[in-house]
Formats: sequence, structure tokens, C-alpha cells
Amino acid sequence: MPTVFVSTELANLIEPILLRHRARPDRLVQILREVQEVADFISDETAAWLAERLRISYAQVKSTRDFYAFFYRENRGRYRILFSDNITDRMAGNQALFEHMLKRLRLEPGKVSDDGLVSVDYTSCTGMCDQGPAILVNNRTITRMTPRRVDEICDLVRGKVPLSQWPAEFFVVEDNIHRADMLLGTPHEPGKAVHAAIARGRDGMLGEMKLSNLRGRGGAGFTTAVKWDACRNANGDTRYIVCNADEGEPGTFKDRVLLQSYAGRVFEGMAIAAYVVGASQGFLYLRGEYLYLLPQLEAYLAGMRSAGLLGRSIGGVAGFDFDIEIHLGAGAYVCGEETALIESLEGKAGRPRVRPPFPVTSGYMGQPTVVNNVETLSKVTEIAIHGGAWYEAIGTKQSTGTKILSVSGDCERPGLYEYAFGVRIAQVLEDCGAQEAIAVQISGASGVCLSEREFGRRIAFEDVPTAGSFMIFGKQRDMFEVARNFSHFFAHESCGFCTPCRVGTSLLKNIMDKIADGRGTQYEMNELLRLQQVLKPGSHCGLGQTAGNAVADTVQKFRPAYERRLAETDFVPAFDLDAALARARELTGRDDAAAHLGEEA
Amino acid sequence: MNAPLTPRKLRVATASLSGCFGCHMSFLDIDERLLELAALVDFDRSPITDIKHCSQRCDVALVEGGVCNAENVHVLRELRANSKMVVALGACAVNGGLPAQRNHLDVGQCLQQVYRTPDGSTAIPNDPELPLLLDKVYPINEIVRVDYFLPGCPPSGDTIWKFMTDLLTGRTPRIEHPLLKFD
Repeated sequence: MPTVFVSTELANLIEPILLRHRARPDRLVQILREVQEVADFISDETAAWLAERLRISYAQVKSTRDFYAFFYRENRGRYRILFSDNITDRMAGNQALFEHMLKRLRLEPGKVSDDGLVSVDYTSCTGMCDQGPAILVNNRTITRMTPRRVDEICDLVRGKVPLSQWPAEFFVVEDNIHRADMLLGTPHEPGKAVHAAIARGRDGMLGEMKLSNLRGRGGAGFTTAVKWDACRNANGDTRYIVCNADEGEPGTFKDRVLLQSYAGRVFEGMAIAAYVVGASQGFLYLRGEYLYLLPQLEAYLAGMRSAGLLGRSIGGVAGFDFDIEIHLGAGAYVCGEETALIESLEGKAGRPRVRPPFPVTSGYMGQPTVVNNVETLSKVTEIAIHGGAWYEAIGTKQSTGTKILSVSGDCERPGLYEYAFGVRIAQVLEDCGAQEAIAVQISGASGVCLSEREFGRRIAFEDVPTAGSFMIFGKQRDMFEVARNFSHFFAHESCGFCTPCRVGTSLLKNIMDKIADGRGTQYEMNELLRLQQVLKPGSHCGLGQTAGNAVADTVQKFRPAYERRLAETDFVPAFDLDAALARARELTGRDDAAAHLGEEA
Repeated sequence: MNAPLTPRKLRVATASLSGCFGCHMSFLDIDERLLELAALVDFDRSPITDIKHCSQRCDVALVEGGVCNAENVHVLRELRANSKMVVALGACAVNGGLPAQRNHLDVGQCLQQVYRTPDGSTAIPNDPELPLLLDKVYPINEIVRVDYFLPGCPPSGDTIWKFMTDLLTGRTPRIEHPLLKFD
């Protein structure tokens, strides 16, 4: 391939980025993110030039760039505005605001303005469900959108005011903690947990972890001590601790609050994990939507380094060397899956790996790696301080400790609620002021939809497991539209690696749209459930396996919401057959009876 | 009460829409088993019988080919209206197949290219006898309800035989390896 040139101006912007990352190809995702930040988009020429400089193939750069929703091949404007499109944003009226902004800026959805200044589009849930509708402007979060705020933003964009000079109140993200228990309600003493762990010793701390029976808070509920033990005993040269902060599940925002106001616990939890398994390097994989947290998290890490809580010989223990680096995601829900996350950390497209081998034996760079959720790691600090037995006494037998719920939707007080495991759904609804709920979607789009008659069930691995999302739907809500929103989400987020998921999620979406269009029949109802039977056992990772859950649940529990949309015939095509002949009619100049197709006789 | 069921002969219709007749050829490829089949089924509308329209209600319609023009739509609708079961026979019926290669092109441009005369002008025929092309080639399940799908280009004679004998004996048709192996 001939040497590629980019403009000197652009090269001058990119060179420092390459230098900072030592032109390492495994940093490609981070490099692309920073290049886009300075260049607004990553053209084919830029990609080819990067490939040369990183000494990798153009195809590698291109495949990574094209995988992530927040990397753009073409100019999307100096202001790239994305409306969060979770169902909770919809319920808060994001579509009207979206239309309003398009009208004010005279734009088409997803198309950049003629002067190359601005584009407006939708994106998946941005984790601001308690203070939506939310938008991202160049990946910076703006919450609580109103028609007035839309107008103000349009004026700022037209006036070409730099984002850094926009009113600070736009960017305020509140914690909204409404029920605090042992994690959210206890003051944090920096270093206490790390020193407590050191006092217990490596084996002692692992022993306490085992006693505590702490289970992963990311959704799957794997026992943390087992994971650590396996990583510690695995063969490898280097061990890694990864904190999964790719909180992409629609309706979840607990990790956002933990990282915003409880970051010390998360990082100390990582340090303790490193101490136990013998890791020297940690990564926080922060979802791209939480870019606004980056400066304060970097500052916090710097503070920990100067306090001797990160770096060499932590707590005076020779050989306890550990540091943490933050990597940002770029708008890919599937990167919440641990092996996809590791691929992304290695600079590649975030496609889930084949498991086994599991990350504990072959993770980041093929080395033993622990991947834990943000909440799980912050729980570790409590166990270090108070011991496993104390921890084990809280909650239920198989679900020890507390769980933070991200409550959103139709209630008076959306926000975070921390409960000991075992709390009933009805209790949560009462506490957050949800009087007329007809349904709660637990654990996000991939979770389970509970109807009123199930509100007596409990949040626990034994009954209703959850990663934390708790979306409430009042009696005015249409549960078909809820499931349709989720079906669009999965079709958009499928990584395309395996056919059941890539094709299945799109078919699911198309059928939901067909039903919404009044063209569905009983046949489509059967197809929905048949597809679920293909998606669930046939998909490669959790995304596809759970993508049909919301549809299957709502078909079962809110069937009339579907049935009232069905056509009363055997079958209706999804499109207008007569219109499909229009082009041929035009070219032949025919308009006779045979040149038309009516409804079926 | 325990007397064996004497199965009624199944009435079968077949048609080739936008296909190459390869699936019908494959059907004939069940060879001498055709005689066995003839004892169990009657053929109604089909290229095999040359019956032009369904003469009565059928049990099974085997449809080869995708839907590329208005006539295909009429044929498919007639088969659907007159059959208990509609079977998508082969790749084109299942997902559009080879003819659907034109789907990423504008049908107008296709016509202009195909009917270009040596002097560079175009003469697209407008005879009402000729069915008009649809904008795209559709799999048959986007036009009517379809009960069974038999993939393959074409499905082998053995596959078709397995499917028909399953139907005749009342088993849920199952096509498994090696009948589903195509390379």
C-alpha cells in the first residue's frame, strides 16, 4: 500500500495522541476515541494513516472504527447530538423534544447540516433514567431536557459556542439516593479497607471473601471468591483486575453514582482484589456515555497514588504493586459482556469470545484476569473492614449483603435505593412512590417483566435476580410499546458475530414494527415465540440469549396489548404490494387492471 | 375402534414462481419412489399434471421460487387460498434466492438496461399480458402465511421424500443432518 498522507494540521493533532499511547496497536480503541475528539470523525484516510503508524492492517483499524457507535467514518458535525432513547426517555417525552430540535435546526434525523455544523440522532440508554430525557453532545451528558433547554442548545450550536462554555447547569448529574443502606449510607475512610485487607493477609482476605459468599452484581451472580481463587491459581505471567463499568443495560445507573460519589470504594476494591490474586495492573472500563466522569476519576486515582494506595509497595507491603488505568468504551452495549470487554481493552471490536477458556485463566492479553462489576468491587471494601461472617448475615441465604436498585419510570422519586437482598417488589414500589404500577421491568431490557400479581416476589438470586435496573410502568403505559422499544435496542446492539442473534434480533424488531403498523396477525404472534426459541439456545452470548425475553414476557402477561393491534385476517404483508409495482408501472406506462394488485380476495 | 387408519390420499399442488424449476427437478429425483408417492397422493394444480388452476381444496402446496412479479402474487394467493399447508420449497421461496440479487438495484434501471436496443434507446414492453415486476423479489412468507420451509438449492430428492413421508404419516416434519448439509 502506498504511503498515506493526512494534512499536516491533522497529523499535528494526532501525533501527541500516538505518543501518549506509545503507538501501541492494543490501544487502538483509546486512540480512535481521542482522535475523534480532536478531529470530529475518523475518515478512511485517517484510518489508513493510523494503520501505517501503528503498523497494523487498514482492515484492523477499519473494523474497530466501524464496530463502535460513537466512532464516525464521515463528518457528523462539530456538534454531535444524540438523544437517549430508552423507554424511560420516551415516557418522559424525548421524541417530541427530538422533533422540536430537528425543526429548530432544520435537520433530518442522523444527517449532518449542510454547513457541517451539527447532527441530531438517537442513541441507546445513556444511564440517566432518573433525570431524563437525557442527551449527549459530543459524548458529554446533558440531563433533564425541556423544550426550553432544546431552544437554548439550538442557539448555542448556531452561535458556535464551544461546549466548554455552555451553562454548567446543563451538565449537572444528580445522585438521587433515596434509600441508603450499608454501602451508600456509610462514610468512606480512604485507605481503611486496603489496610484492613493487608492486615488479614492474602489468604485471610480470600477466606473472608469465601465466608461472605459475595456474588457478582453485574447480573450473572457468580461467586466472587471463586473467581478470585481461580485467577490466583491460574498459570500466567501477569494477572489483571478489570472493573466492568460498561453499564449499558437500559434502566441501570447505579455504577454511575458509585463512580461519581463512591469511587474510593470501587478503586480500593480493585486494589484488594489485586492484593489477593497477585495482580499488578488494573483497568476501569468506563462506558463512553460516562465520559463526564473521566476527569474526576483521574484526579481521584492521582490522589490515591500520592496517598500510597496505588503504586509500588502499597501499605508498605513489598511486592504489592498495583495501579489502575481508565479505558473508555465507545457506545457498544455488548462490551458489558466480559470477554467482549476484554477484546475492547485490547483495542479490537468488542465481539464476545468463545468461553471456555474463561477470563480467569485467559483474559486480557491471554493472561489470568478478574472481571468484576463496579458494585461488586465496592462491596469488597465492606468485607475487608467487617469480615465475611458479618456480611454473610445480611440478606438471604444465597444472596448475601445489599443490592442497589436503579429505580426509574412512573414513580414520584426515581433514583437509587439500597436494600438488603430479599426485599419485595411491592416494598420498593411503595418506597419510591409508585401508586399505579401495572408492570416492572427488572434487570433491564434483557431481564424479566413482572406484572401486578408478581409484586410480592423478592429481589434475590433465589427469586428475581437483577443487575439493578428497576423500570416502573404505570397504568397509562402500553406494554407492547415497551417491548418494541427493547426489540429495537437489541437489533441495534447485536454485534453481528453469530447468525441467530444478528438475524433473529432484526426479525424480532421487524415483526414488532409490523404489529405496530396494524399488519400483524396471529401468525406473527406465533413467530415471535418461535424466534425466542431460536434466539435463546442458539445465540453465542447473553445478548442474543436474552433479547427475546421482554417480548416473550409481555406476550404472556400483556397479550391484549398485542391482540388489539392484530389484523383480523390470516396474513397481511408488511408492505403495500400495489405500491411495489409503482416503479414498473411508471416505466411501462401501464395502468390497466393487471398492473395493480389489490387486497387479497 | 382399533382398526388401522386408512389414510386418505393427500391432494398436492405445486408451482414454480421466480425459480429455475430446479426444485421440481429435485422432486422428480425421488425416482422410483414417485410410484410409491403416486399411491398416496393426488396431484392437483402442478406443472406435473399441467392443471392450470386448483380444481378443489388441496392439502399441501409446494411452492418453488420467490415472488418477483404480479403474476407470482396471484399464483401464490390462489395456492394459499386453496391449501391447508403452504410449503416454501427451496432457497428462492425461503429467502428470495438468486433472483433476489437484483434487490439492491432499482427495478427501473434493471428494465432500462435489459431492454436497451443496439442504437442506445430503450423499448420496455408494455403488453398487458406481461406481468409487471415488483420493486424487489420477495420470499413467499412476506406475501402469504407459510407453514413449512424446506431450505436447499435445491432441497435434495431425499429431503423432499423425507418431508412428504413425514406429512403422510402425521409426524412433525423434521429435516436434520445430513439432509441439511449443503457443502
